Amino acid sequence: MATLDLIGVSKSFGATQVCRGIDLSVKDGEMVCLIGASGSGKSTLLRCINLLEPIDEGQILLDGEDISRPDLDPQGVRRRIGIVFQSFNLFPHMTAAENVMLGPRRVYRRSRADLLPDITVLFERFGLADRMYHYPDQLSGGQQQRVAIVRALAMRPEIMLFDEITSALDPELVGEVLDVLRQLRAEGMTMVLATHEMSFAREAADRVAFLHDGRVLEEGPPAQLFETPRHERTRAFLSRLARA
Amino acid sequence: MALLENGGAVPAGPLTKADRDAYARRLRNRSLAVAGGSTAAVLIAIVVLVPLAPGWEAVRRSFFSGEVFVETFPTLLRAFMLDVAIFLWCAPAIAVVGLAIALCRDVRNPALYPLRLFGALYTDIFRGIPVILVVYLVGFGIPGLGLPRPWNSPYIWGSLALILTYSAYVAEIFRSGIESVHQSQRNAALSLGLSDRDTMRYVVLPQAIRRVVPANMNMLIALQKDVALLSFIGPVEIFRQAGVYKSLLANFTPYVVAACIFLAITIPATRYADYLMARQARERS
Amino acid sequence: MTRLTAFTALVLSLAASAALAGGHCAAGKTLTEGKLTIATGNPAYYPWVMNDAPESGEGFEAAVAYAVAEEMGFAAEDVVWVRAGFDESIQPGAKNFDFNLQQYSITEDREKMVDFSLPYYSAAMAVLTRQGVVDAGAAPTVASLSGLKWGADANTTAVPMLQDLIQPQSNPLLYNDNTDVVEAMKANQIDAALFDLPTALFLAAVTLEDGVVLGQFPADRSENPDEFGLLMEEGSALKECVDAAISALTESGALAEIEAAWLADATGVPVIE
Repeated sequence: MATLDLIGVSKSFGATQVCRGIDLSVKDGEMVCLIGASGSGKSTLLRCINLLEPIDEGQILLDGEDISRPDLDPQGVRRRIGIVFQSFNLFPHMTAAENVMLGPRRVYRRSRADLLPDITVLFERFGLADRMYHYPDQLSGGQQQRVAIVRALAMRPEIMLFDEITSALDPELVGEVLDVLRQLRAEGMTMVLATHEMSFAREAADRVAFLHDGRVLEEGPPAQLFETPRHERTRAFLSRLARA
Repeated sequence: MALLENGGAVPAGPLTKADRDAYARRLRNRSLAVAGGSTAAVLIAIVVLVPLAPGWEAVRRSFFSGEVFVETFPTLLRAFMLDVAIFLWCAPAIAVVGLAIALCRDVRNPALYPLRLFGALYTDIFRGIPVILVVYLVGFGIPGLGLPRPWNSPYIWGSLALILTYSAYVAEIFRSGIESVHQSQRNAALSLGLSDRDTMRYVVLPQAIRRVVPANMNMLIALQKDVALLSFIGPVEIFRQAGVYKSLLANFTPYVVAACIFLAITIPATRYADYLMARQARERS
Repeated sequence: MTRLTAFTALVLSLAASAALAGGHCAAGKTLTEGKLTIATGNPAYYPWVMNDAPESGEGFEAAVAYAVAEEMGFAAEDVVWVRAGFDESIQPGAKNFDFNLQQYSITEDREKMVDFSLPYYSAAMAVLTRQGVVDAGAAPTVASLSGLKWGADANTTAVPMLQDLIQPQSNPLLYNDNTDVVEAMKANQIDAALFDLPTALFLAAVTLEDGVVLGQFPADRSENPDEFGLLMEEGSALKECVDAAISALTESGALAEIEAAWLADATGVPVIE
């Protein structure tokens, strides 16, 4: 039931303009991948959607409601939008289960006892049942990132944002995290991913948007964008990746 | 190629683990012998040579009189209990006020900027003034405004002076702890929909406080000694009691007694702080 | 003023005779040959030394110092003043003075570590308090006094005297110096403090607003009267010369003259029963 529409979103840090009027629409149940070189504005855009950074201009509509209005309570918005970061950012002083329960406990005022059955189901679903009471430093990178995903899902968000969530992982651990994304897509979660995993984007995304220098240069179904990119810079970016 | 000879010779050719272990053991024994020998040499020099100095007898009588030691020890130990009591009620208050000031300095809401300013001023002022001046000013000054007994007690206001000064230092320690928690931790908490307050309470502070435990242990040790400053405004704690004995007996031995009693507390505490710090360093690496 | 002039004349005449009579008892025994180095407190307080200037010879102890010096055969210009606190005076090792006078009470325990001369003054102990305390019913009786909150200068023999003479019901608070005791009294943290009588009279008259000397324990009332002596290094060779000088000054009545000149008349202060 969630749609996301970005209209002319701009964001600067000091004199550096990172987003220069980005337009993007995500329909309910869609998975959209943002690709582009480092510094093209992908991460900043995701953080803006989650209101971790205030935008300068434009609108961010969640189900048609502008969530970028400064007079809006950001907490109410953030609980509807989950985000997972490149560096996991689990809370190191809490077990995996406590990490996952903190949000629902504080935001929805639910007790641990009340939450336990629900989160146990989540841990089981993503193959983490035996890791619930481990601390983050006792988990592999792939496990940590899956716990971070579970932590975001436990808030029952309407839409999920993923910010290069496999970039900090050893190559052999990437697969288990991407499997989680496939699973979520199959369940109909609306998702926006910033990613460098081109083959995954090609296989799994409904649409791919190529960002360059703070703008969406082109977007379309993966087959079209990867096979027949319209824009010169898209071609250059893809061929650079192919060579690498 | 230079050869290290400190551990003796090793057999030529490929070495077994036993060879390598034996070499390491010989090296270790050798350094133990060097350390033990030099320590013993210094101790002997002190014990043998110092008494040969012409003034030693006078110094011994003034500072290390066994008779005075025995006579004053019980009373001084009793007086030390007052130091312990003052310490025990100041330390928690310092932790609370220090944390509150640290939180003031971390306020990010522009509307609450005055709180930040207050926190900064507070730490600047109370870290900049000698403790003893604060003790006098608060200990005599505030009761001098006309407070009735028992609210003008030097115990109350002297303790407040220590709390004010020490919380300024402790606030800076807490602040450094808070700032050492990466912004990404705050973002992760905020992204879950947690309020700023809950983010601080459940995510930032637990990590920050853990990191500054060793630094705060050192503050506690310093506080333990500075409690004696309260004697300036009346309370007869160990330092003052030692001073009274010094005056009556014209002998400095009571101060040595007091120092011994302090050391009995501070040496274990210092060792413990070092241990915590070493453990933390290991965990970080 | 007339009295002062007369007194100065007396001292001068005494000095002249002393210089003639004084042999060379101190010869070779002083810190600097031909000079007598005398220490006092920093600062030195009224009425013991006037204006913190002992060189003037004004103030009880300054006058005693010059009288003793003259008696020992030193001219006024041969007296050198230095400052030394109590701690410097009792520390082991060479001293920077021949003798030190700043109301040091002679006690048996102190005698073990330093030398004292014969006493040059017997101090009555006195109770300093404030008008408010008197108005609230404090009276010059031990029974009334023991209920007060007491303070004292920690570095004086007033501390044990408090226990001996008054036995306060609550623990006394102790301070570094007179100033701090007065400050605590102003802050109403203590009701009363025990001082030697001259100091108490001075504090009541000058330093402490509403200050009152409630009563005194005359020197001869206590078993161990508070007597001031000149403090010297343990085993000082000068002690016999100093003692001889003080004996002479006591017998000639010169000490009593000096006392009368500089220490306020305390006859109006009631004696505590």
